[in-house]
Amino acid sequence: MSATAHAAAPPSPSRRRTRGGTGDMAFRLLAAGAALLVLVLLGLTALSMLWGGWPAFRTFGLHFFIGTEWDPVAKRFAALVPIYGTLVTAAIAMLIAVPVSFGIAVFLTEVSPRWLRGPVAAAIELLAGVPSIIYGMWGLFVFVPFMADHVDPWIDGTLGGLPLIGPLFAGPPMGIGMLTAGIILAIMVVPFISAVMRDVFALVPPPLRESAFALGATRWEVVRKVVLPYTRTAVVGGIFLGLGRALGETMAVTFVLGNAHDFSISLLAPGNSIAAAIANEFTEADSEIYRSSLIALGFLLFVVTFIVLAAARLMLARMARQAGR
Amino acid sequence: MRFTRGMLAIAVAGLIGVAQSPARAQQITGAGSTFVYPVLSKWSAEYARQGSVKINYQSIGSGGGIAQIKAATVDFGASDAPLKPDDLQAAGLAQFPVVIGGVVPVVNIAGVAPGELRLDGPVLADIFLGKIKSWDDTAIAALNPGRTLPAQRISVVHRSDGSGTTFNFVDYLSKVSPDWKAKVGEGTSVAWPTGVGGKGNEGVAAYVERLKGAIGYVEYAYVVQNKMTYTLLRNAAGQFVRPSPESFQAAAASADWQHAQDFSLVMTDAPGAQAYPLAATTFILMYKQPKDAARARAALDFFRFALEKGQDTAKSLDYVPFPDPVVTQIEAYWQANIHTQ
Repeated sequence: MSATAHAAAPPSPSRRRTRGGTGDMAFRLLAAGAALLVLVLLGLTALSMLWGGWPAFRTFGLHFFIGTEWDPVAKRFAALVPIYGTLVTAAIAMLIAVPVSFGIAVFLTEVSPRWLRGPVAAAIELLAGVPSIIYGMWGLFVFVPFMADHVDPWIDGTLGGLPLIGPLFAGPPMGIGMLTAGIILAIMVVPFISAVMRDVFALVPPPLRESAFALGATRWEVVRKVVLPYTRTAVVGGIFLGLGRALGETMAVTFVLGNAHDFSISLLAPGNSIAAAIANEFTEADSEIYRSSLIALGFLLFVVTFIVLAAARLMLARMARQAGR
Repeated sequence: MRFTRGMLAIAVAGLIGVAQSPARAQQITGAGSTFVYPVLSKWSAEYARQGSVKINYQSIGSGGGIAQIKAATVDFGASDAPLKPDDLQAAGLAQFPVVIGGVVPVVNIAGVAPGELRLDGPVLADIFLGKIKSWDDTAIAALNPGRTLPAQRISVVHRSDGSGTTFNFVDYLSKVSPDWKAKVGEGTSVAWPTGVGGKGNEGVAAYVERLKGAIGYVEYAYVVQNKMTYTLLRNAAGQFVRPSPESFQAAAASADWQHAQDFSLVMTDAPGAQAYPLAATTFILMYKQPKDAARARAALDFFRFALEKGQDTAKSLDYVPFPDPVVTQIEAYWQANIHTQ
């Protein structure tokens, strides 16, 4: 942001400052105010959620993070199941979406014939505009039966018996569960990640690319050694944009996740996610501690997202340092 | 800038809205149960056509309805679970039922047609507790002599959101199964021992239709409209009854309204010979001493219309109107308890 502002500054700032001092100052204050407003809103949101969730944190203490029970009748709540479900579904989504998006972006910028680029890019952007409820309905009516009849039994049969990782893939073939939710999420975030990747890949200066080709590099070497290093900040940014969406997605997930507060390590078993639990249960949360527990869940989602974004920043900073060496 | 312009736009829109509405039009507001929403909105459309009173009902859920009426932000609240007389007394509220519906167990088993499978309360509770895991269990076979059910895993489907449908369902299970009462209990949402959760009736219906060997529970209207495979349930009198308007009305007629203070009664497990054991109703909550008597009077006029002239509308939406003696009792209760003068 600041770099662009400097670049766009008038060539002779001293003369301008004397003439338009008040205007500049007013604009500066307005812009700073707008930026600060976001920070203040963010801080207040976090605070109010912490405030609302405080009774739950105080009542259940550390157990809120590691327990698995969720009992509105006995008024005992713990958040491990939704936390686990949120992280696992988002992880599955990223495992699938990142390679696929990378493939799409490389294809569109390096491989595809020119006439195909427009239509494919438009189709992907159109996918990004589909409301999440549509993905949820499609998931429930089309994808869940497919998973139940064809994919889940195969996974259960071949991977479910393996030592060590077997429990991850063993379970009744219902088609509803964390694996299905993760795949639906992957489909939802692919357009976001691939659009960012495609845009930044296209920004690589042609001379760089051409030089590499002139040195005898293969296409893959050009992508790996020239395009990726040149664009890595934006690529990581795009990936985390997708991850943020996957962590917070509600409607599509709630349709295919099963919304069960039972802890199961298996990816085929139904689970719950933070966003889905809040959306499902908030309206009928009739006791103070129930409502507070749901707000506490919201606060946890906030914290998880914050940690993920902070990790992304750290990663970028370290990559920048390594590149500078 | 945009902020202030937006505010201005809202203010202007508000002014136009006020200016356009006729001076005598009155708007009664209510909030709560989603169960009653379809029939309430149809009643209010019909009522608006013959008068100048409009009912604005927000189906935000029973818990929300109770909170809203206690905060006095609406003229009436609607809840699927009745409040206890003590709670009503403490909040200064009166309570009465308006319409009957039913909660129906539905299944998806190959070769089983609607109305063929027979279940009773304890078996239903054991299935939802996860104790009965397969359709060829001896307890199910004992209720269905001469029928072989497949050795198929039972997939339990429940509601993922808090709901009055759930309340009535688990209230029934608590009444017939001590085990359920001890382990799970009752409420608009509970800690389900097993199964997957669908969002709303449509979510449960979709899961049941797609999971082989599934059992779930939905409102009666969903069963009729989606032609789902309902089961017969054994009632308190030992009869296997079909979910139908007649059996719901039998349950309403046999329920002991006379002795239920403030109508605080859940109709499940009703004693009548033909009574369906999972009949349900929605309760309206209003202040006994309303701040604005005229609005309370208008609200009661609407409910009088609904109870006395709205029967056909209710039936067309697969709800069941209350039998006349209960309607008379409700109107007497208004006279005695809600002060609109």
